Amino acid sequence: MTDSKGYFDLSKNRLSRRTALKGLAAGASLAAAPGFVRYAQAQSSAPIKIGFQSHRTGIGAAYGRWYEKTTAAAVKAINAAGGINGRPVEVVIEDDGTDPGRGAEVVAKFANQHKTDIVFGTLFSHVVIGSAPAAGENKIPYFVVSEGHHVASTKLNRYVFQPGITDVKSQIQAMAPWIASNAGKKVCQIFPDFAFGYDHRDYLPPALKAQGGEVIAQIAIPPTESSFTKYLPQIPAETEVIYHVMVGPAVLTFVKELGEFYGSNRPQLFGFIDSLEAVDINSPGLEFLDGSHFWEGSPRYAQADDSEAQKAYRAAVGIDDNGAAVGDPKDVSTAAHMFGCWETLYVVKKAMEDAGYKGPEDRAKLVEATEALTEFAEGPEHPQGKKIFNGKIHQCFGIQNISKVEGGKLKVVHKTSIEDGLYEPEGDYTTQAL
Amino acid sequence: MAFGPHLLLASLEGLVTAAVLALTALGLSLVFGVMRIVNVAHGEFFMLGAVLAWAITTAITGHPALGFLAALVIAPLLVGAVALVAERVVLRRLNYNPEATIVATIGLLYIIQQLALTFYGPEARPVEPPFNYRILLPWFGYSGYKLSVVAASALLLVATWLVLTRTKIGMVMRATQYDRETAQAFGIPVERVYAGVFALGAMLAAVAAVLIVPISQAHYLMGQDPLLLSFIVVIIGGLGSLRGTVVAALIIGLSDGIISVFFSPTLAKIIATFLVAMVLVFRPQGLFGTTAR
Amino acid sequence: MKGEASALKAYGLHVAVIGLLFALSFVLPPYHHGLVARIMVLATFAMGYNLLFGYVGLLSLGHAMFFAAGLYGAGLSVYHLGWSVPLAFAGGIGCGAVLALVIGLLALRTSGVAFMIVTMMFAQVFYLTILYFARWTGGDQGLVVPQGSRVMYLGGASFDLTNPAVRYRVALALFAIVLAVVLVLVRSGFGRVLVAIRENEERTKMLGFDTFANKLAAVIVSGTICAAAGAAYALLFGYVGSSFASVQYSILPLLWVLLGGAATALGPLVGTLAMYYVTDIASSYTSAWLLIVGVMLIVGVLFFPKGVLGTIRQRWLRWLP
Repeated sequence: MTDSKGYFDLSKNRLSRRTALKGLAAGASLAAAPGFVRYAQAQSSAPIKIGFQSHRTGIGAAYGRWYEKTTAAAVKAINAAGGINGRPVEVVIEDDGTDPGRGAEVVAKFANQHKTDIVFGTLFSHVVIGSAPAAGENKIPYFVVSEGHHVASTKLNRYVFQPGITDVKSQIQAMAPWIASNAGKKVCQIFPDFAFGYDHRDYLPPALKAQGGEVIAQIAIPPTESSFTKYLPQIPAETEVIYHVMVGPAVLTFVKELGEFYGSNRPQLFGFIDSLEAVDINSPGLEFLDGSHFWEGSPRYAQADDSEAQKAYRAAVGIDDNGAAVGDPKDVSTAAHMFGCWETLYVVKKAMEDAGYKGPEDRAKLVEATEALTEFAEGPEHPQGKKIFNGKIHQCFGIQNISKVEGGKLKVVHKTSIEDGLYEPEGDYTTQAL
Repeated sequence: MAFGPHLLLASLEGLVTAAVLALTALGLSLVFGVMRIVNVAHGEFFMLGAVLAWAITTAITGHPALGFLAALVIAPLLVGAVALVAERVVLRRLNYNPEATIVATIGLLYIIQQLALTFYGPEARPVEPPFNYRILLPWFGYSGYKLSVVAASALLLVATWLVLTRTKIGMVMRATQYDRETAQAFGIPVERVYAGVFALGAMLAAVAAVLIVPISQAHYLMGQDPLLLSFIVVIIGGLGSLRGTVVAALIIGLSDGIISVFFSPTLAKIIATFLVAMVLVFRPQGLFGTTAR
Repeated sequence: MKGEASALKAYGLHVAVIGLLFALSFVLPPYHHGLVARIMVLATFAMGYNLLFGYVGLLSLGHAMFFAAGLYGAGLSVYHLGWSVPLAFAGGIGCGAVLALVIGLLALRTSGVAFMIVTMMFAQVFYLTILYFARWTGGDQGLVVPQGSRVMYLGGASFDLTNPAVRYRVALALFAIVLAVVLVLVRSGFGRVLVAIRENEERTKMLGFDTFANKLAAVIVSGTICAAAGAAYALLFGYVGSSFASVQYSILPLLWVLLGGAATALGPLVGTLAMYYVTDIASSYTSAWLLIVGVMLIVGVLFFPKGVLGTIRQRWLRWLP
């Protein structure tokens, strides 16, 4: 990649100075329209700078690439429609190496060197938590797309937000009713023995119990493991549903070994697609998943009842009906999560417009404007669906999809309601000083 | 599942781990023993083997066994060539200074990792096994390919042992390992031996990776664990002892599998690592090593 | 005397370096100001490592556990027990010292490569233990040390460690104190025994020195310095996480020391600075920054096989400590 100074330069979604200028021109012509006068007059034409903390290297690299593509597409769309407050949006990328220490340095670099208006886009939880203190100390709003429960736990600080993707605690809770009434009541959980797995370990049993189901065994597998067969005998014989949330490069092995272990005579399988993001569902060894079910944030495969907004979003990001890059069917996207980048940027746009945001001196106003948001309607800006936002815990809540593997595709069979995933807030960021 | 079958399964799994580990560690042991340098990039040669195996099997159509056999031959040769270049261009110029080679091989590690990320990508990619045969035991099913990995690894270990003990090349290598100066005095081209050993060590890692890749996918960060485990195996087994390396690989592989039957996995790893460390504390020369010179 | 003149030059140089770092705090732009503060803390970690590796010749691959002992010792006592900053800092150092004593007693039964592997394995045990007790340590995600608790009360004054200027000076103070301690140590009789052990342990033993006790003392001092760096890191930057206990953070100080020059007093600082800035600059030009770092390491080691300062000392400045 000939990536000079960290600006976007991706072959398909090219966002260079030139397109930024085009966006500016579009913004100028829109500004001539009556409704936009109020914005255009007050603003300088200097771009709004968004610092994108990206996992380009390290264990998160497969996600980072698609997060970048989605972000580029959203920025292109926003600029084509006149930018934010009449100003074009410019993205500056820094690689955090998927490392919390480097993550904190990158946030400081955005705040003090690139002087970006916000920091955005982090996925891996440990990087979010490691970077959060730096965001708080530099008083720079930090919009993450991580799905971790860390933001909503109110253990971070007032500058950290997650308005584009539902947190994992809510996702798990929303799955329980469907599992108990459709897959089975006796559930065995298999999860990685680190924080991502612990959310599932801690939140599923009570949610399932409330639905009349029961977790009968929990098998935690160390993150360094590359083979899983030796853990499979711990699955109780009376298990009706295996609930699996393995992540990382070894997941294909996991499924394959499950197949070798059980053959055709297996319990129901329910998993989080996190395991298979960026992995072709038709890879050798995954035949075993046929007929099993997955959580998906946003469906990977195009569905028959897709909204116009969903279709437009997919076209803008450049994924085909199978969720792979247009022109390269082997390049499978991280569709279930990356929509969060798109939606988060539109939340940032809305909040900046509400706050009358002019520059870094208005960051505190931006925080308050974001906290004042309550609801995002389904549409081009929120193609995954409607969401409600809790400004006290800086977290949004949306619908979730449950999809069945059928004929080498994922077909959505159930959509949860937002209410399925709501829980009591654990704290309140708005009481903290800005 | 009943205790007996569970233990059997854990042992089978341990055996597969041990087989691959023995090959990888043997490569490191040769480099470590003969050249007296710590090759931090050894795990990256392993990774490179797996990544090349993916590339080769993807390029060759037809029966999966065809591509796999090609990979088994071509991938180690390519990795060996890379190692040879690294040895000629960098390590030799450092005069095999132990400290400088650590920095240089860390540099090599970064370079190989970045090249893999750039040209291969961040995804984990599967390689189809040459055959799919599920052995049906009374209690559970087991992959026939996994057992063939154990057999193949055993064959390769025996072959390496024959080369080391029965051929002139092996004798020259052992002589260099025993005493570099004397070997040189007897007209052994020590530098060429070093280059050969470094390439051979990398090739062994690559072969191990090609064997394991149909079981666990190719990924650009897959090199770290084999590197650490190989270090442990080499030292526990005793430097330069092929028998020690194999026995240590078996101990590490099996203990990892079997302890996990009794304890929660992370606790099992803590216990296994601690016990092996304590073995080394009380027997610093390793199980089969002579006291370090 | 020639020795005294070179000692004077050496001390002068180090005072000048500290003075330069202090002066820099007024002129550095904010980002570099913050980065240099971080580098000074990590260079302290590297100095602790250098004491054992450079002067005693013991190559440990497990020093991340000492750094992490300080990091968690300080971070968790603030997070769970609500300790004040100075107390937590002392607690972190204490954890590191005790751990170093235990590890030293066990690992020093071995030498050479076995020492390297044993320390690596103990560090791995430590790392896995952090993951195992995730309910208290936060596991791989780690914990944020609350911003409000990172204020230090000393005497009547209060120092807000989240303030960049305060943070820089605290980091500099830590760095300066450890640098002075290391300088005094290596120039003392103890330091000479350590170097003698590195050069020829058998002979040192025959001369009547208890090499085990000296090596154990070196491990404890080294581990304590690394723990001090870790404790400072937790309190200054507000995050504790298991990645700081991973093997990567055992290899990094080795890399920094080798790059800057083993057994030189300022080598750790030079090495850490170089690694950080090359990474930072390279990553702003290309996403393939690892490649640049890798090439730099190889080119560097080809021309400076003894590290930057080690080679300078060998070729030009013989008096460099």
